[in-house]
Amino acid sequence: MSENKAASEVKNVLHVENVTMQFGGVVAVNNLSLDIPQNRIIALIGPNGAGKTTAFNCITGVYQPTNGLVEFMGKPMVRSHPTGKMKKQYKGENAEMYVGNGIINPTPDKITRLGIARTFQNIRLWKSMTVFDNVLVAKHMRAKQNVFSATFRGNAKEERRMRDETMSLLEEQGLDKVKDDLATSLPYGLQRRLEIARALATDPKLLLLDEPAAGMNPQETQELAEFIKEIREKYKLTVFLIEHHMDLVMRISDYIYVIDFGSEIARGVPMEIQNNQRVIDAYLGVAEDE
Amino acid sequence: MTKIEQKKSKKGTWIALCCIAALYVLLFLIDNVFPSTSFIVMLTPVLKKGAIYSLLCVSMNLLNGFTGLFSLGQAGFMLIGAYTYAIFTIPVAEHMSVYQYFDGGAIQFSIPEAIGSILGPTGGAFFGSIIAIILAGCVAAVFAALIGIPVLRLKSDYLAIATLGFVEIIRAVFQWNSLGVITNGSNQLRKYTAFSDMKLTIGGATLKFGTIFPFLIVMLCIIVIVLLINSSYGRAFKAIRDDEVAAEAMGISLFKHKMLSFVISCFFAGVGGALLAMFQTTIKAQSFTSAMTYEILLMVVIGGIGSVSGSCIAAFLYIACSEWWLRFLDSGKFLGLSVPFFRDGFRKVVFSVVIMIIVLFFSRGIMGDRELSFSGIAGGVKKLSGRLKKKDIEEKEDTGNE
Amino acid sequence: MSGFLNAYLPHILTGISVGGQYALIAIGYTMVYGILRLINFAHGDVFMVAGLVMVYATASMPMYISIPLVIIATVLLGFVIERVAYKPLRSAPRMSVMISAIGVSYLLQNCALYFTGGLPQTYPVIPFISDSVTVFGQTTKMVTLITPVLTLLLVVILSLLIKYTKMGMAMRAVSKDFETSQLMGIKINSVISFTFIIGCFLAAVGSLLYFTNYQSVIPTSGAMPGLKAFVAAVFGGIGSIPGAVIGAFIIGICENLIKGAGWTTFSDAFTFVLLIVILLAKPTGIFGEKATDKV
Repeated sequence: MSENKAASEVKNVLHVENVTMQFGGVVAVNNLSLDIPQNRIIALIGPNGAGKTTAFNCITGVYQPTNGLVEFMGKPMVRSHPTGKMKKQYKGENAEMYVGNGIINPTPDKITRLGIARTFQNIRLWKSMTVFDNVLVAKHMRAKQNVFSATFRGNAKEERRMRDETMSLLEEQGLDKVKDDLATSLPYGLQRRLEIARALATDPKLLLLDEPAAGMNPQETQELAEFIKEIREKYKLTVFLIEHHMDLVMRISDYIYVIDFGSEIARGVPMEIQNNQRVIDAYLGVAEDE
Repeated sequence: MTKIEQKKSKKGTWIALCCIAALYVLLFLIDNVFPSTSFIVMLTPVLKKGAIYSLLCVSMNLLNGFTGLFSLGQAGFMLIGAYTYAIFTIPVAEHMSVYQYFDGGAIQFSIPEAIGSILGPTGGAFFGSIIAIILAGCVAAVFAALIGIPVLRLKSDYLAIATLGFVEIIRAVFQWNSLGVITNGSNQLRKYTAFSDMKLTIGGATLKFGTIFPFLIVMLCIIVIVLLINSSYGRAFKAIRDDEVAAEAMGISLFKHKMLSFVISCFFAGVGGALLAMFQTTIKAQSFTSAMTYEILLMVVIGGIGSVSGSCIAAFLYIACSEWWLRFLDSGKFLGLSVPFFRDGFRKVVFSVVIMIIVLFFSRGIMGDRELSFSGIAGGVKKLSGRLKKKDIEEKEDTGNE
Repeated sequence: MSGFLNAYLPHILTGISVGGQYALIAIGYTMVYGILRLINFAHGDVFMVAGLVMVYATASMPMYISIPLVIIATVLLGFVIERVAYKPLRSAPRMSVMISAIGVSYLLQNCALYFTGGLPQTYPVIPFISDSVTVFGQTTKMVTLITPVLTLLLVVILSLLIKYTKMGMAMRAVSKDFETSQLMGIKINSVISFTFIIGCFLAAVGSLLYFTNYQSVIPTSGAMPGLKAFVAAVFGGIGSIPGAVIGAFIIGICENLIKGAGWTTFSDAFTFVLLIVILLAKPTGIFGEKATDKV
């Protein structure tokens, strides 16, 4: 892995080290380590229930991992070790490794502020709001204002900037025609797109996409693949995605991590993964049954 | 926005401003010119109380309807507001009689008198009570911040029950004898500045402002709340209501925004409490029960959770029905005939049945989550003065959105 | 120590008795919450109505008819409330159901106000349980001794019912997962009705015991014991019957000790301080199960 780093000569945006997430006696993510180099598209794949979304949740602060370290832009962002009851119950490895350094457990909003944005597997748009407002709210975090200036309209300039930026973002995504519709009235594909637009509105450096192509037809999936590549160039983004559509993953990913039952079973460029026997056993074998 | 729309909205604003002006002229006439017929005698308290409850409903709606925090602490913060207001406006000379069991109390200070020494008694009563009202809101907000730190971590119904618990605790603390030098223990507070003190004497003629005063304060407060709701922060509140997880993932700090909403809502609950104290002329901690909160909550539901204009309409309707229009149900007579089951309390039974019907079958209330817009009014229905007042806020909201 | 006991024994005895009465109400809360995830704000008022029915029933009927009548009327009331006010809102947001519960509470209180004309109704003297007895040199009412025994007996019967009968099994399944148990063919509505019936039955028994200690019933009599019982249910871990019972006894005893120490103003407030402390320290209560939200 270190060779890979040296060869690519790019900084790692995200560095995940020995992350374990244990719920009671169930180990959902087991000693996961991965690196996301800058400006790359990295995929995390695995059969259903392998712990992919849990891994995302550990990175974005929704869960506090039981053990492990996550670094963002070279700085520790999340760090944890088993405490309390979990000390005895802990089934994972490296339990002692992070004990000395103290726990860092930021809430999801702080992580988003650092520059990580995400979408959700089961679309979570704000349902009573319009398409426009959904994106506009995501701009709230970075706006220079306080509750007084906002209430008494002392932030008019800032507000106008937010609205203009939202509008141009929507135009880019082809959502400008439906901007005044309720977010939930959009067709499925557009809702996914809106979620991505909303995530982009937070000015992220790293974009986490949780099954962005779920429920899409092949045509839409193909468009999505192009779209992801496009936004990576345009916003100098790094993309980390979970996906089940193998053609999408193989087409756009620079590097792939495969997990099953919470543990990594393979990693490599798409070509290597396609020929990896363990992956075929664990994953593609299942696909045959479908 | 097209020119026509702009023109239309400008016209709307003008009409709204005229309506407001007309409303205030009417209120002035009610206060000063109209003879005290039984109609006016019934109408005036309904107007005052309706205005006060509008503010209380809107402040609760900000929390429950727009931020999605199901808090049942309203009565507690009203109590804090009412007490703060009363304590600081009782004239020093009256302390001995009000705090008769506590040697005149500990606070020998009255804001209206302090202001009055500079501006004269009229200015003292007017500006002094405004300062005391603001102070009441601030004290309620400080308490809210303290209470919010622990309880805002709780989810939905746990939050409801914890805030309900705080009301009981606050009520007990204010009735505690050891604090009697400030709160007068379980005895009532009275003789503080009330609406009837809002008068101006010019050359022998006395002008009264008893009804205009609460309308002014309430309207200002509601305008501020509407501005907040339509600001970037208001949108963040709605995002939290719709989906907390998504809101947090988009960088909205749940704690900070919930706290803001809670503190602001409680500030206005405190202001409302102070106004209610002015309206009632005497207050007692005992009467600020959770039943009071429930009543406000039911008004919010009738008006539509998430609608400011709905809350105001509902508040006026509710107060008018319960204090005035449905009184005949208690009188034992209907259209001149004596009806035996029309006796004391029947009004409230009918009322609660109607409320249940609304809750069960019209759960969106009068307005749902929509707001009253100018076009809706121009369409033909000009009903209550409360509605007219609301329209102005509507228009301001529209201009804010552009 | 013996000095303390002598001074506080009456309060402890009353506390145990009141705790038992709270426990009977608390079970109604905890069971309904366990299944519907609803704070049934009207439960305290159902309890008050049971008291009023007793007042009116004994005015014209002998005791041996009145008591069963009270129980039947209360159970019927609970059943009707569920069918009319909660069932139509089964798929509505939780807040709506809670508002509906508050509405029912408001309605019951106003009806009570109408029928009583706002006057306190003197509660009848129930023979035997109102008799005086002397325990450890303290004179008290028989109800003080009966309540804990009866409460524990009822709780044991209820636990057996939930553990061994088919309906009990269905109730446990529904409280674990509402939707799945519906898919598994459990008749959800009859389970919910049954829950309300048990809850109201216990509330009726509780009211018979509770009001014996008081002179009269007023329309708001149910509100405070209702809230306290709910706190007891939260304290013990909402959804857990033994938790509710233990919570109720703790609250009953503490409250009366505080009264005994001369802090009557704070006896109600104390319950809520306890509530807030437990919610912050262990939000799931003593016996509650932890639930994680899925993202």
